[in-house]
Amino acid sequence: MIKIAKATVLNLHINGEYREVLVKPSDTLLYTLRNLLGLTGAKPGCENGDCGACTVLIDNRPIKSCLILTVETIGKRILTIEGLKDVPIQKSFVENWGFQCGYCTSGFLMVCHSLAQIHPNANDHTIEEWLQSNLCRCTGYEEIENAIKSILTGTVRT
Amino acid sequence: MSQIGVDTLRKEAWDKVTGAAKYNSDRLESNMLNARILTSPYAHALIKSIDTSKALKSDGVLAVITGDYLPVLTGSIIEDRPPIARDKVRYFGEPVAMVVAHSEQEVMKATKLIEVDYEPLPVVNSINQSISSQAPLIHENIGKYFCPDTTVQPRAGSNLLDHVRIRKGDMDRGWNESDIIIDLKTFLPQSDHLAMETRNAVAEILPDGRVVISTSSQAPFAVKEEISKIFGIAEGDIIVNVPYVGGAFGGKATVDLEFLAYIASRAVGGRKVRIANSREEDISSSPSKVGTESTVKMGATNEGIIKALEATYFVDCGAYAGTGPRMAKAIASDCTGPYNIENVHCDSYSVYTNHSYVTSYRGFGHVAFTFAMERAMDKLANSLNMDPLDIRMKNAISEGDTLATQAKITLSNTGDLKACILKLKESINWEEGNRIVEPNGMIRAKGIGCFWKTSNSPINAASGVAITLNSDGSINLNFGATEIGPGMKTTIAQILAEKMKMDIDNIHVFMEVDTQLSPKHWKTVASMTTFMVGNAVIKAAEDLMEQLKSLAAIVLACTPEELDVKGQRVYLKDDPDRGIQFKKLVQGYEYPGGSAIWGPIIGRGTYIMKHLVPLDLKTGKGKTGVSWTLGAQGVEIEYDPIRYTYRLLKAATAIDVGKVINPKTARGLIMGGMSMGLGLGTREEFIYSDNGMLENTSLRTYKLIHFGENPEYIVDFIETPQIDGPFGARGLAEYGILAIPGALANAISLAVGMDFDKLPISPELIWKTKTGGKYDSL
Repeated sequence: MIKIAKATVLNLHINGEYREVLVKPSDTLLYTLRNLLGLTGAKPGCENGDCGACTVLIDNRPIKSCLILTVETIGKRILTIEGLKDVPIQKSFVENWGFQCGYCTSGFLMVCHSLAQIHPNANDHTIEEWLQSNLCRCTGYEEIENAIKSILTGTVRT
Repeated sequence: MSQIGVDTLRKEAWDKVTGAAKYNSDRLESNMLNARILTSPYAHALIKSIDTSKALKSDGVLAVITGDYLPVLTGSIIEDRPPIARDKVRYFGEPVAMVVAHSEQEVMKATKLIEVDYEPLPVVNSINQSISSQAPLIHENIGKYFCPDTTVQPRAGSNLLDHVRIRKGDMDRGWNESDIIIDLKTFLPQSDHLAMETRNAVAEILPDGRVVISTSSQAPFAVKEEISKIFGIAEGDIIVNVPYVGGAFGGKATVDLEFLAYIASRAVGGRKVRIANSREEDISSSPSKVGTESTVKMGATNEGIIKALEATYFVDCGAYAGTGPRMAKAIASDCTGPYNIENVHCDSYSVYTNHSYVTSYRGFGHVAFTFAMERAMDKLANSLNMDPLDIRMKNAISEGDTLATQAKITLSNTGDLKACILKLKESINWEEGNRIVEPNGMIRAKGIGCFWKTSNSPINAASGVAITLNSDGSINLNFGATEIGPGMKTTIAQILAEKMKMDIDNIHVFMEVDTQLSPKHWKTVASMTTFMVGNAVIKAAEDLMEQLKSLAAIVLACTPEELDVKGQRVYLKDDPDRGIQFKKLVQGYEYPGGSAIWGPIIGRGTYIMKHLVPLDLKTGKGKTGVSWTLGAQGVEIEYDPIRYTYRLLKAATAIDVGKVINPKTARGLIMGGMSMGLGLGTREEFIYSDNGMLENTSLRTYKLIHFGENPEYIVDFIETPQIDGPFGARGLAEYGILAIPGALANAISLAVGMDFDKLPISPELIWKTKTGGKYDSL
């Protein structure tokens, strides 16, 4: 077991790169990403785990980065929106008008991307279970539903 | 190809799916200091003393600020609000002190070390308590405040901020002509905007005195004007920058944290200071949506023709005026809904309470009267045993009628309500019936409602557009409306591309607003951006083409009138092959021999509201907007009569928007509005404890609609052009919300067989209403 009692330089694996960063034991991953690494794609919306705007993937699973300490991610693979390069869900969100203000979008994209990797044939129930973790205040969710379904089935639902 | 009526992708689409889009909350620089407020735990209390000594000694602290530092009063209607409370607090969540420190952690720690001694006062916790003769005074100086809006009349010695009167026609005649009278009382609680990006601002004062503010605002020009006015700084010395905004819904139209950011920066010698609301502060400390109560009495003939409307609205503005009185005025002026009523008597009162203070919220008060009117319409239909849809058709507003404010209705300034109702009738399959008992015992019920809304803007609301060009012949488009989500930057680019007959990919939009660079746009509010900036950009395109033709005429040896513009090229109408490309003109034309003429071409266009008339103080006669977009909405639910629960099946809108510029964007905005309306209808409300504490200040307790809880959405557009609108377009962004709460209440009332005249309608409320709440057992 690693014990970290004070600010320590960690070597984190983020978006396929190793990044050295000075981390205090109390720092959340959201804080480290945004304030120390300039990865501002993950957004603070509640810092209480309720809105999902800060969602990132840790070892391919969605995690709300406001609810995990950076020190807990040692040795794990962290993927943020900045590390998503031309994956199908991005194009699908664009083409399905899956956002308006865009503030919740990074979080939704990370959940959707992970869902598509883990459950490529997810049914409605599974989709709902996964996407209820996040909040969008602008859309009526129909656009987001169309976006995720279009990559799961391979066709755009109109 | 035409650009109007086309699903053009958002200009910023790829920024927003890659994390590249920067919001103000992403402005995290290592040289920034952090500010944080300490908020009041009381709804109403005297501040006996504040001890800042421990906080000041805390690590990293540069300043601890109380209301005694720079004591000012702010407010766009009534100057009644200190940015940091002084002497007393008037709502739970009000800022009482502010700490500036190096890091977020230091500032959080120090805030907790401030010691405040309060003496609690009796709390005004409802509209009823506010207007009672024994009510404690929330503002002792209510009669003495400066009112930038000269039409409001706060009453000294009371909690009453303003009283708007509408007097139209002859009420005695109206009641005499009525065979039936409907009465009802409604209640809509305060609630939150809940934009996903909490409000935040950064301020810095440069060595020469210039103030630079970057903020998540819908109204950067208002920030500049208010900071200038309140702190006595020349407007030209204030620069306000707004990048992408993470949702707003009216909540970011008031100057709020910008005052605190400026004060904080000033307290530390002008250094750059950032202040950002936590979610809890955003809900409890920053302004919210109004609460309203109404009493409505409506008279009609046995044929269902409305003859008289008497309505009283009370608007719970909370502890400070905010934008409340202006919404109270909007409620009064449009109080009939889109129905022709010749005799109208409406009083709309704005009152102070010890609740959260308020600002504009999607619909600008119109949800309140729409809810009351649509419940009244259903009760009328029920009493007369008429079809709810037919009764709305019979009273639908049309050309030649007048508003409650006596302004004239034209087809152009409203649209075709009957066409909307008929479209809705079809889309929600009204013919199959509006209350159907399914074989499994579930009850499927449909409720409908009609809506309208206007801008209620200042009479001088204006917009400007500036265009410059690049050497490749492409265009830079710059205007002062912020991108808060509705895709305005793209819509305006579409209008420009259409006018210039060019590829929209060659139009580059300045996505931020910078008050030093961008031509002024009043505020990004009131669903007015397409209309106002759209008109301005049309003029800018005309100005640009005139210059291009004048220059091209010299080069092509003809007159400007003989030329046309298309595909970034100026050419002869009678010989299209003979022409010249923009790129050879836009920075000045260079003759093959070497000499050059003209210089960079700059296009400009402006728009200002015309013919608006402030309401007469006695009769309410006047004109509050240029058009009243209208439409009809329906909600279908499935009600479980055993469990008192319901599911949302469908929500539908048929709206006359004049002209759809971008169909997918327009549909998205209407659906988003319906979703918010369903939120108000089903769950959203501020819950105040007996002593006025706001109890649901987090997203764990203030619930929003989640993915999968949404119904199937149906959106239909009717296009009756607005003659003075850009390509005939009327405003639409807010409108999806308006009649949804009323339509939902109508559906539930019909399903349950009892009246639901207050929001939100939870299963618990249905159970209590149905059973009296007595027979609960485990």
